[in-house]
Amino acid sequence: MNEPGTWAILAALGAFHGINPAMGWLFAVALGLQRQKRVAILTSLLPIAAGHALAIGVIVGVFVALRVFVDLDALRIACAILLFAMAIVRLAGGHFGRIGMQVRFHHLLLWSFLMATGHGAGVMLIPVLLHLPVGASHSAHLHSTWLSGMAPSLSVAVAAVIVHTVAMLATAGLIAIIVYEWVGLAFLRRGWVNFDWLWSAALVVAGVALVAPVLS
Amino acid sequence: MATWTPDPTFYPSARLAMRAPPETLAYVAVLNAEGVKPDALGVVDLNPAASSYGKLVNTIQMPNAGDELHHFGWNACSSALCPYAPHPHVERRYLLVPGLRSSRIHVLDTKPDPRAPQIVKVIEPQEVCERSGYSRPHTLHCGPEGIYVSALGTPQGGAPGGLFLLDHDSFQVLGRWEVDRGPQQLAYDFAWHLGYDIQITSEWGTPGMIENGLVPELLLGSKYGHHLHVWDLRRRRHLQAIDLGTEHQLVLELRQARDPTKPFGFVGVVVSLEDLSSSVWLWHRAGGAWTAQKVIEIPAEPAEPDQLPPLLKGFNAVPPLLTDINLSLDDRFLYASCWGTGELRQYDVSDPFNPRLTGSVHIGGIVRRTPHPAAGAVNGGPQMVEVSRDGRRVYFTNSLYRAWDSQFYPEGISGWMVKCDADAAGGLKLDPDFFVPFAAGYRPHQVRLEGGDSSSDTYCYP
Repeated sequence: MNEPGTWAILAALGAFHGINPAMGWLFAVALGLQRQKRVAILTSLLPIAAGHALAIGVIVGVFVALRVFVDLDALRIACAILLFAMAIVRLAGGHFGRIGMQVRFHHLLLWSFLMATGHGAGVMLIPVLLHLPVGASHSAHLHSTWLSGMAPSLSVAVAAVIVHTVAMLATAGLIAIIVYEWVGLAFLRRGWVNFDWLWSAALVVAGVALVAPVLS
Repeated sequence: MATWTPDPTFYPSARLAMRAPPETLAYVAVLNAEGVKPDALGVVDLNPAASSYGKLVNTIQMPNAGDELHHFGWNACSSALCPYAPHPHVERRYLLVPGLRSSRIHVLDTKPDPRAPQIVKVIEPQEVCERSGYSRPHTLHCGPEGIYVSALGTPQGGAPGGLFLLDHDSFQVLGRWEVDRGPQQLAYDFAWHLGYDIQITSEWGTPGMIENGLVPELLLGSKYGHHLHVWDLRRRRHLQAIDLGTEHQLVLELRQARDPTKPFGFVGVVVSLEDLSSSVWLWHRAGGAWTAQKVIEIPAEPAEPDQLPPLLKGFNAVPPLLTDINLSLDDRFLYASCWGTGELRQYDVSDPFNPRLTGSVHIGGIVRRTPHPAAGAVNGGPQMVEVSRDGRRVYFTNSLYRAWDSQFYPEGISGWMVKCDADAAGGLKLDPDFFVPFAAGYRPHQVRLEGGDSSSDTYCYP
């Protein structure tokens, strides 16, 4: 995979996460309607995006650390098993405890972090993370060359989280505003397709992509 | 089983639910009055095009006798669309039917044949009592993250009553709901303001105070419920008790505004010790706190002692006995069942502080005994009332609760279910042709409509 392709997939997965009503746009619309303020949509989406970024960031961080210390094939297999397990959990239809509608910034941030983590939003990105450019091999710092040869540098990892989250936020924000301003909630009755199924499928695809090179 | 799109009977808002297609079936809890044969769930055909329209087309017997079926509800409803715990790809499929006396909860599957629901699970009283610490399950609602059930008391029949949760997939009893119940001891109904994370509960009496009939000494001593309780729904903590006054006895049915942005609702009070009147109170949020005020008073009607049952002979009046209320999905019309005087009233509550009487239908009643055009003389009076989602049809039955039925209608209640047509602009007319009689010894209580009704669902969006 070439480098622009990698970034594009990260952004596309951000959009995919953003479309899922369970990742926050619907919550933002509900808060806008409850408070009867358009601006509440935006002020809700910011902590929701922050929580999502945090969930992704944790997985990226763990991945970078493991990439350094764990054999690549072993890492691929372990992550694929995790992805398949998360797909099954999603199909089993687990959902999360109530948080309610009287929520502040930190509630939304925590809710979004838990939703993204519980859904395996970050884990879904692992096959893409493998294709991120590894650390600066042209670096003059000798002591870091053993590391930089295998894992993305901190700046690349942060950039990955940002690209993904901005795409997620832009998609969620666009849908939230369209629904709030024009479409209304009636469309949910037919248009809210089972994202748990789509999500599970995406997790399985990610797992297969991860493990295929090991098996072939 | 999960589905690709949400159950078509789920609506984001009550406003949208008003556009739902008309119901074609009603489910009715049917009590065997002697308690020697099992109670049943009745199925009534409501499709005007069918030859069996207005007839009881099926009765599903429970496995045991003496349950006292009373209220019941769905496994899932529109609250599954709530944004913080969304799981809309489930089916409104199972009816959960508690036995108020036995504490047994029956699960009936309305699929594949909605006209012939089948019992697929029975939660035995031991499981309810051991896992929740409560008994006598009463009201049941599908919540955003589980099924909530109110219970009148402890397994021994005393206080406190409260709420417990059922898992909405496995129907396992998950346990007591309250973390901090504060001063609350008596329980009955509950209602949610999902937009405010607030729950309201009301008060009847403990099993020991009601199961052998209304106890006059307790009533005159103001020992039955006279409070509303306000709860933090998220933290499961008691916030506030609202005392309606000790003279206001039996604070029963709660109907919160269906629009979750409106912080108010209505509660019916059965009797005032001062003048035997019934009343409807409006609870609402004022500043940071919740408060309640009387907005409707329905007076007792004068009567000769020889027209009255022993319990009422000394009063020379028949109390209205407001024992159920309901609210249309547009929060516009409130229905009030006067079981004693035999009247169903309709109020326009567009201004909830100033309800306006817009309709009245008489049928039965302790003294009036108003006949039904299709059946002639009837007894009992309007009791459990249910309103179609579009607000145009109002169904009600005539039995309250076995031990109390015989105090107010000592000759025994002959069960019936009838229908009124409601005008969209206000006004109520009895349907002269719709009369569903129940077999001798069987008495109907709560009615639930196929696909949902005005009190079955709670909404997260305005």
